[in-house]
Amino acid sequence: MPSERYLFSSKMHQERGDGPMSTDDTITADQADAARVFQRGDDSAILRLSESEIQAYKPSGKRRMVVNMGPQHPSTHGVLRLTLEMEGETVLRSKPIIGYLHTGMEKTGEQLTYLQGTTNVTRMDYSSPLFTELAFSLATEKLLDIEVPERATWIRMLMCELNRMSSHLLFQATNGMDIGAVGAMIYGWREREELLRLLEKITGLRMNHNYIRPGGVAADLPDGWRDDTLRILDDLPDRLDDFDGLFTGQPIWHERLQGVGVINSAECLALGVTGPLLRSTGYAWDLRKDMPYLRYDQIDFDVLVGTYGDCFDRFAIRLNEIRESMRIVRQILEKMPNGDYRIQDKKVTPPPRARIDESMEALIHHFKIFTEGFKVPAGEVYVAVESPRGELGCYIVSDGGPKPYRMHIRGPSFTNLQVLPHMLKNGLVADAVAVISTVDPIMGEVDR
Amino acid sequence: MEEEKTSEDTSTATEGNIKIPSGEESLLYEVLTSSSRGQLVLHPTRDQYLDTIYQISKDGFAVCIDLTAVDYLENPERDIPSAISPERFEVVVNFLSHTKKERIRLRVQIPESDPVLPTVFDIYPGSEALEREVYDLFGIEFEGHPDLTRILMPETWDGHPLRKDYAVGEIPVQFKDAPGAG
Repeated sequence: MPSERYLFSSKMHQERGDGPMSTDDTITADQADAARVFQRGDDSAILRLSESEIQAYKPSGKRRMVVNMGPQHPSTHGVLRLTLEMEGETVLRSKPIIGYLHTGMEKTGEQLTYLQGTTNVTRMDYSSPLFTELAFSLATEKLLDIEVPERATWIRMLMCELNRMSSHLLFQATNGMDIGAVGAMIYGWREREELLRLLEKITGLRMNHNYIRPGGVAADLPDGWRDDTLRILDDLPDRLDDFDGLFTGQPIWHERLQGVGVINSAECLALGVTGPLLRSTGYAWDLRKDMPYLRYDQIDFDVLVGTYGDCFDRFAIRLNEIRESMRIVRQILEKMPNGDYRIQDKKVTPPPRARIDESMEALIHHFKIFTEGFKVPAGEVYVAVESPRGELGCYIVSDGGPKPYRMHIRGPSFTNLQVLPHMLKNGLVADAVAVISTVDPIMGEVDR
Repeated sequence: MEEEKTSEDTSTATEGNIKIPSGEESLLYEVLTSSSRGQLVLHPTRDQYLDTIYQISKDGFAVCIDLTAVDYLENPERDIPSAISPERFEVVVNFLSHTKKERIRLRVQIPESDPVLPTVFDIYPGSEALEREVYDLFGIEFEGHPDLTRILMPETWDGHPLRKDYAVGEIPVQFKDAPGAG
């Protein structure tokens, strides 16, 4: 039986006249206009004041005040800062303030060759680094107009799905901790550790792998990778059932998450929100399914959607996407072809170490690639992949040289953060923590 | 067969269902188009910019997925229709249609002397943070934006880091014979 909060959530939808949308519904710009809550001025959800204006701002109304939250708050996933305008316990307007982790990675990307580029972009979304590497590599390959070998493509898919699982497990850990269920943190990190161990075995590093590179992947899968993967696939379902037992049916969990931070599909589309947030509103959109890249068109999997667009749906979608990824990994294990793990184009991939000792040309190619880098034909492309947080795009402009003229990453967390003021409005400050947590922003990607 | 061959010859590329018109003078939404690696690119002028985006939004492109800019200071050569005169800055906007499963990209030329562009906030509110980022890092202003302040850099920062004439900081490397070393 649904709890009162859940009923409240659907009642709210009815009042706003925008119940859960079926996947067949298409949203026209007019509908988006109708559902829009994006006024400018004082009754909007966003506190549109600069930092210095906020300092001097005296809210009208005697119970109103402006409260600062973060950037060192443990629930803000790194260094997200929020300024909340509150009336008692209720949040009115709010403004996310970002930039505390800005290190100019897009500028740095212009100084690095395409081969070095992946070491840079992998540090953006540090909980799912392989996706940024993938987007960057796919964009570079599109500019080069090369096809990577079949095995490299399937290895990329395998790695990305393993990474999606570890990223969603990290979400389970941090989300639980934010809500106050410290047990979830221990469980989530334990399972994630298993996956990181496998990723370390394959790539050599637990994070920031620099494994997917333009032209293929850095190394072939090591001996025993299949058994290790299977062992995880066999162990994980029981552990995920533990999450279900601990949280999915638990009344306190429902109280904290259901009906909190509700958003609808039209709002999500208008704000450019993608990923589990968009799917939680019942809108089935997943780039893997709808605009397949790699070989996702040969894989059988489901796109999971929610019904109410609240925090609980976002939690449940991420939990079940782990199961869906396991299904994908099993199919990849069956279909993994033999062959080369990177393209045998001497201009793009460095020669194997052994060849350098016996071939002058190999030595020259090796030297050229690592000192100058390879030249990429002039042009510009935008390539997008579905990261655990939504659409992760990479826009590269090449001037024909060995370094990108401009490299831009469209981080899903950056755009998704815009939804926070709309979710927080008229909620309790205690719910703010739940909302931030289920948006699951990774600040490395937000600030870049 | 005959048709297929001719269409190949005139370099008609398709991505999704949209036929990318061939040749430089092709128009879509009354705007010059080009194809970049099979991806459809529109080249509106600044005056056409808002109107084009409005038409795109009415045409099912429900999401403004990305908005960024490029500073072509050191690389004025680029692949745009000959009728469009290249300027220093270029704002690049990506749209996504869920119903057609297509993407479309806009490239607008912005002169250095007057780096201003109308905001698309009223059509796509999701462009708010993206436009702030471009304002912050490139110094291109968006007219009518509700909150045009710096987003990534500190409020008091001087300059726009992603411009090509903004130098990259360097940390000097200390070698063996640096003063004070052994």
